[in-house]
Amino acid sequence: MIRLENLSNKWGEEFELKNVSLEVKQGEYFVILGPTGAGKTLLLELIVGIYIPNEGKILIDGKDITYEVPEKRNLGFLYQDYSLFPHFSAKKNIEYGMKLRNISKNEIDEKIKELSKMFKIQNLMHRDVTTLSGGEQQKVAIARALAINPKVLLLDEPFSALDENTKTKLISDMKELHRKEGITFIHVTHSQEEAILLADRIGIMMYGKIVQVGTPDEIFYKPVTKEIAQFVKIENIWEGKITNKKEEEIVVEVNGKEIVALSNHFKVGQDVRIIIRPEDIILGKGDTSARNNFKGKITAIIKHGFYYIIRIDCGFKVEAALTKQSIESLNLKEGKDINIFFKATALQVIKR
Amino acid sequence: MQKRIKLEFRRNPLSFIFFFIGFILIILVVGTLFNLLFKQLVISPANFIAILKEPSVLKSIGLTLYASFLATILAVIFGTPLAYAVARNSFYGKNIIEAIIDVPVIIPHTVAGIALFSLLSIRSPVGSVFANLGIVFQDSLWGIVVAMLFVSYPLFVNSAKDGFLSINPNYERVARTLGASQWKSFYQIALPLSYNSLLSGAIMSWARGISEFGAIVVIAYYPMIAATLIFYRFNTGGLKESQPIAVLLILLCFVIFLFLRLISNKK
Repeated sequence: MIRLENLSNKWGEEFELKNVSLEVKQGEYFVILGPTGAGKTLLLELIVGIYIPNEGKILIDGKDITYEVPEKRNLGFLYQDYSLFPHFSAKKNIEYGMKLRNISKNEIDEKIKELSKMFKIQNLMHRDVTTLSGGEQQKVAIARALAINPKVLLLDEPFSALDENTKTKLISDMKELHRKEGITFIHVTHSQEEAILLADRIGIMMYGKIVQVGTPDEIFYKPVTKEIAQFVKIENIWEGKITNKKEEEIVVEVNGKEIVALSNHFKVGQDVRIIIRPEDIILGKGDTSARNNFKGKITAIIKHGFYYIIRIDCGFKVEAALTKQSIESLNLKEGKDINIFFKATALQVIKR
Repeated sequence: MQKRIKLEFRRNPLSFIFFFIGFILIILVVGTLFNLLFKQLVISPANFIAILKEPSVLKSIGLTLYASFLATILAVIFGTPLAYAVARNSFYGKNIIEAIIDVPVIIPHTVAGIALFSLLSIRSPVGSVFANLGIVFQDSLWGIVVAMLFVSYPLFVNSAKDGFLSINPNYERVARTLGASQWKSFYQIALPLSYNSLLSGAIMSWARGISEFGAIVVIAYYPMIAATLIFYRFNTGGLKESQPIAVLLILLCFVIFLFLRLISNKK
């Protein structure tokens, strides 16, 4: 188990990291997700000991390693550029850590065999690493990190240097590797796709702080701040005021329209924001029994990869995500009137 | 072919014109040296061959190469750590340290000689300490070595520093996470990866030492290094006496540097 307690780091007078506290469970795949410049790489570098924090503690299995030298921490670390030693062959790269530990030649050969088989890199072992492709370099670098039997594997943007196709393949390999190895993975990325596909839990990092920790569903459907909602690409963020409350059912007035949501944390009269993912907006012509039912006009239909974003104005601005088929079957066109529905349970209410 | 050149010229006229303008410098070097070599080796080789038999000439050239070699060794021993420390750290006053490293390049070398001489002469406090240890700088090999070191180490340190800076610092960081001490990550990762820069820096530093005259002549006129001997022969016997030694020095240096360049490029 890894515990970070109130880690802070300053660059001059500016905080690069501020009061970062985090607990990663044994064997967990934990993804730290955040925009560029949030301090994610620095956080990993503090954990492996390349830098030491100005304040706070790092504990692994209860042992304080905050000021331990990196070579004594036994943590596997993968840089974004993989940093394979260019003057060594792939094999020499992988054995490097084991040789430093005075492991016998037989054991080293055994481990090399096992790793090269696991990563299917047997035919690369004697290659000059500078001639390897990005995906091959990644495999060699992970094998090198795992060769020292680390307690934790830390990955800094491991897929950002790869082309799209290689990436998709290697992401599923990574998931399988985690399952096989059974050790804790901490993976830093700005890619939501990687986080959704890989994470057991996600920590959102922004401006040097961990702002939310939760399962992928909690993060992507129930972001706790407007910034997180925007970062996870939810455009439906409506500002309103609570006008009524009955048990956990609250009524929020947004631009004169009343939206029903569920929450226990607010009182009548409080200013709040409501968040809903575009996939949770249902479009239709007729009437339904859903509590939240509004009439609007389509202002734009925008192609977005394999699906479409529909912008609707119904007194407040709504974005819905639909497939091409749904658009055709509903005969949606810009300028047309449309009804929208959404469930009260799909809404996330946060304070303003 | 001609059409191709014309086409290139139209697309890329600046390179052609600049090359012709700059060529004057190449001519300056090649012309001067070629003239000297041609006169000595082709027109009057007898003079040159006679010089080859003079022990004092051979001795002075040998001394020059040897003293500069010692100076380079010292530059490598002290300059490598300095270059690494400067390249890998940022600290208050770093630019001042870097400026100091470059000082010997910008001050006149006779000034450097005078400064060294006043610090290290037997009568000075520092010089007398060394004299008690048996090391005298005035008119000795050590004087020559120190003067050569003073003027040549910046070439080594700057080349080594550039070499260390050109290595991705993540290599050493990863090595640390794999279990290497800082010392091991230095000599197993940083040092081999900057080998070429260190070697070419050492070659440049050695060459610089061989070519030094101004600083050496002040602190150690004797024993005569090649440059001093050439100057002395020029003053007493003119071009006729000094040219053959100069040619011999040029040829020797040329062969040695060519050889060193070849082995350094192989890696």
